Amino acid sequence: MARELWKGNNAIAEAAVRAGLQAYFGYPITPQTELLEYLSWRMPELGRAFVQAESELGAVNMVYGAACTGARVMSSSSSPGVSLMMEGLSYLAGTELPAVLVDVMRGGPGLGNIAPAQGDYNQIVHGGGHGDYNMLVLAPSSVQEAVDLTYISFDLAEKYRVVTVVLLDGSIGQMMEPAEMPEMRPVRRLPEEAPEWAVTGAMGRQRRVLSSIYLQPPEEEEANLRILKRWQQVIANEVRCKTYYMEDARFAVVGFGSAGRVALSAVRAARAEGIPVGLVRPITLNPFPEKILQQYAGQVESMLVVEMSAGQMLEDVRRVVQGRVPVELCARLGGIMPLPDEVLDAIRSLARGEATLEGHPRDRWLQRMSLLY
Amino acid sequence: MQTEIVIAGFGGQGVLFAGQLLAYAAMDSGMETTWIPSYGPEMRGGTANCTVIVADEEIGAPVVRNPQAVIAMNRPSLDKYEPLIKPGGVLVVNSSMVDRTPERDDIIVVTIPGNEIAEELGSRRLTNMVLLGGLLKALPVLPLEAIEKALAEHLPERHKKLLPQNYQALRAGANYEQEAFV
Repeated sequence: MARELWKGNNAIAEAAVRAGLQAYFGYPITPQTELLEYLSWRMPELGRAFVQAESELGAVNMVYGAACTGARVMSSSSSPGVSLMMEGLSYLAGTELPAVLVDVMRGGPGLGNIAPAQGDYNQIVHGGGHGDYNMLVLAPSSVQEAVDLTYISFDLAEKYRVVTVVLLDGSIGQMMEPAEMPEMRPVRRLPEEAPEWAVTGAMGRQRRVLSSIYLQPPEEEEANLRILKRWQQVIANEVRCKTYYMEDARFAVVGFGSAGRVALSAVRAARAEGIPVGLVRPITLNPFPEKILQQYAGQVESMLVVEMSAGQMLEDVRRVVQGRVPVELCARLGGIMPLPDEVLDAIRSLARGEATLEGHPRDRWLQRMSLLY
Repeated sequence: MQTEIVIAGFGGQGVLFAGQLLAYAAMDSGMETTWIPSYGPEMRGGTANCTVIVADEEIGAPVVRNPQAVIAMNRPSLDKYEPLIKPGGVLVVNSSMVDRTPERDDIIVVTIPGNEIAEELGSRRLTNMVLLGGLLKALPVLPLEAIEKALAEHLPERHKKLLPQNYQALRAGANYEQEAFV
């Protein structure tokens, strides 16, 4: 199929449709609304379910109910709306149900603004809902990658019975890029093709119960261990990461999504100046590409984390690198995307040997930021 | 190699569409491209801009501090972007809406009375095409024919009857500059 120019939000919606999405529940919020708007005509056109719920709470709980039937289900929102969904996400996890959520992040905390940001990192990657659970987090950095990851997100969710989150920021939702759509898959016939755990009506068979309540602690512990064992498989099988110019790199930049793209421009500019720097761009944020970062910690002199949040991913990189090399921070907040020259300055600082294991990188970054305001 | 182009003006001047057209033409020519709007809470008559990048490799940052080229459809856009253009870059100014001359002498400045030319061709709404024609004359990142093909393929069906006028406007912008250079 030929490449078409797609807006990120619309492209994700169409990719979900082609992956066999059967029911969508959502509530409008900028900068995600086009996704819902697109599905509001696309889903009925195909005879599939679209519901604009009364709120994000309604939407996530409709997802919960629909997921119980074994249907492919999805919701989408942006940061403040995703906060409202946290209880439902924890219930989905506790009930071991697959679902897909798209979070098109915007500036925060609170109502914030509608500009691109990555401040939901901790909430999504480390779990904003209660209890022991993980969500599989996919972080595209282009419209094509958003299409490809959305397309596989349902398979991943069902294989491991987890919620898969496609995590991007407003700029990828709003930008247009050429993308090639995957083929249209047939939708699952229900109840004939329902997974073996789905509730489809118990006529003529043992009844199945889907719930997240285990009043006896040993039963809850057993459920927790079952969920964790499945997650261990995710860690073993599903880490995704893209590297650029790392073969001979003596410095590494780490960034995901839009920040990763900005970092790529900066890395190219630094290479043009003769600085041997490369880029590691995590595509799965949970599971985090730990092994590859550990491996590069043995190769490079220092690392630089570029993010549109206040050093949230920085802490994951520091945890993985375990003090073997200095890790510095270059970040912008509140809906501001860093520009390549800001990142280039930070790379030059690494090349001058200014990265250090002393103190905390966030303090040094804050000091540089204090020159701005 | 990549080329960054900012198109800026008032909402309603066709800034975003002109940028999309560039992106369509780049894609159809087999190049990589991104189109990103400023998507703040804007309204008709407010400021609007978009950045289009055309490249022969995977595109990094969708927005840059110093673009290669700028189309300034109005005075606020000129004031904002003139200082940011890369040395040697291109500035296309819609002189119909701007009451000062650009100051930079290290860039190529193209001044076109876009509104007047568009009105002569039948509609002020063609101003964006006039200026786009002027840009592509000074910055041959894509041939004019690629834009015309993109127009024919991606203009909404209800606007297809306006194709000849749009072609005329593109040519008028490109030719106006040719005369000015001579």
